[in-house]
Amino acid sequence: MNLQKFLSEKPWIWSFAATMIVWITTVLFTGGASSFGLSQAALTFAAFSVIVGIGQMFVITLGPGNIDLSVPATMTLSGTLALKLMDVQDGMILFGLMASIGIGLIIGLGNYILIKALRIPPIIATLSMSFIVQSVAIWSNRGLRIKPPETLAGFATSGLLGIPNIALVALVLSVIAWVLLEKSIYGRWISAIGQSRFAARMAGIPVDGTRLVTYMLCAVLASVCGYLLASFSGGAALNMGSEYLLMSIAVVVIGGTAVAGGNSNIPGIWGASLFMFLVVSMLNTYGFGAGFRLILTGFIIIAVILLAGGKKSIR
Amino acid sequence: MKLSSGTIRLIIPAASLALLLAAVFYMQPRAMSYTGLNLLFNLAVPIALATIAQMLIMSVNDLDLSMGTFVSFCACVAATVLQNSPLLGVLIFIGAIAAYAGMGVLIHVRELPSIVVTLGMSFVWGGLAVLLLPSPGGTAPSWARAIMTAKPPLVPMAIVASILIAAVTHYIVMRSSFGVLMRGTGGNDRSVERAGWSVIGIRAATYALAGLFAILAGIALVGLTTSADANIALRYTLLSIAGVILGGGEFVGGKVSPIGAVIGALTLTLAGSFLSFMRISPDWQIGAQGAILIVVLALRLALNRLEKREKHQ
Repeated sequence: MNLQKFLSEKPWIWSFAATMIVWITTVLFTGGASSFGLSQAALTFAAFSVIVGIGQMFVITLGPGNIDLSVPATMTLSGTLALKLMDVQDGMILFGLMASIGIGLIIGLGNYILIKALRIPPIIATLSMSFIVQSVAIWSNRGLRIKPPETLAGFATSGLLGIPNIALVALVLSVIAWVLLEKSIYGRWISAIGQSRFAARMAGIPVDGTRLVTYMLCAVLASVCGYLLASFSGGAALNMGSEYLLMSIAVVVIGGTAVAGGNSNIPGIWGASLFMFLVVSMLNTYGFGAGFRLILTGFIIIAVILLAGGKKSIR
Repeated sequence: MKLSSGTIRLIIPAASLALLLAAVFYMQPRAMSYTGLNLLFNLAVPIALATIAQMLIMSVNDLDLSMGTFVSFCACVAATVLQNSPLLGVLIFIGAIAAYAGMGVLIHVRELPSIVVTLGMSFVWGGLAVLLLPSPGGTAPSWARAIMTAKPPLVPMAIVASILIAAVTHYIVMRSSFGVLMRGTGGNDRSVERAGWSVIGIRAATYALAGLFAILAGIALVGLTTSADANIALRYTLLSIAGVILGGGEFVGGKVSPIGAVIGALTLTLAGSFLSFMRISPDWQIGAQGAILIVVLALRLALNRLEKREKHQ
């Protein structure tokens, strides 16, 4: 089989190869003692990036300029309000989840109304939206840090057969997203819109409806992620989403989704999320300070994109 | 009277700035003075410089997500190395400009998405800033302090500086032949290339120039705050993008306006003061800023429609 063709058809291979290298280097350094704990931590934290990354990927697939900057604010608001609503009662867990999904639907709808009605570029529309959402979160978060219901906290922090539950949830969501993307008409539509919005419209694809659904889907995934993250870390914090802004974009791009849109892949998001977490923990085990860690993370991101994202995979 | 579309593009940003200013004066008449204006617009100078840098990058259809961390890094350099050993400080800045030019070349040659490369670089600049200044501190070079706190007669420094920045960049971007090439690259790089110009060179020069303006933003910021820390300017990334858009710039097509960008930066700064004059609870200030952004953009849409209708007639 032609190796080059194989590689260019599966751009996610790169992120998994990089992940394996980083994992092996870290485990070798610690003499194999940490391999189980490290893998489990990596799966848990990667899962959060995967969930927001999938949403961001759908949005980015819509074509140049499409990006959702309201992800961190959505996560914060959803985590805050859901915990407040559940008020440590186990009976309210499902209700809290529904509320969190509802928040996502409203924010996604708001985002697309701004984009469509005001013809604002998505980057500015979602940014303005995130300011407003963040304000609502600050307003509702006053006072004490509310704990998640015990059953939910237990679910979020434990695992099944050694695999963290959060990772299983992310896996289920990934499979659904994969089916949506590869097997459903909706997936064909977003790819078509990403490749040429004009051609898609001419072909009779409901462009506006598809874009609306995509922005809502992204916001819902972000709010579900916020719900899970708040339950996992024992309460919502106002800055809990902040690192996921760059992360959600980084995992999509490192994972091999074309930034120009019209071409996406889900396995790559897993590879990239695991990779991003493992790089940080590798640099930690080697005892680098915060400064060096950041610099190396930056260079590694650029190196991966140089290796994976050259001219070949874009064309 | 016939207005060019470039002038029409400037009307909304200018009008919204005037409106906000009028509202601030109405609520706080004492702001209508030399000191008042200086206080209102002081922090706008570094934001305006960063917005100009972002605008240059946007004129070649790219986006710089590392603007905030880069300005923070420059502020840290200005408050430490540039203060202690000026020569080394200048060398670091020259290196940073070279890094920006290199980034432009890399993005062009490998056809990489600028968002990702600058995202990666934002970690690098952030790390370097943390290495230089692990905890807030440093001292501003006395000359930077002197320039930023100068008191020219009649018009406050913040206004003089903004006008100067707008005039210089207007000349570079709108009048010089380099500016035309730069915007041409954003509009259609293939035709610029066919006309015999090196698009790599243009992109490298644009990035280098953006780096220079971002460095000036860092120095100006330290001149105002007297000390620096590694996170001092993180919000500049989003502020600079919003400033360019508020000022009538577009993400693609090389449609940018330096005067508009400076006005956009002034508007964003003023929006902050306006909200505190309104006595809006701090909880809602960020949200209200978002709302102001939306209102201004809605106005712009209305005006663009008007512009189109006139063209059709």
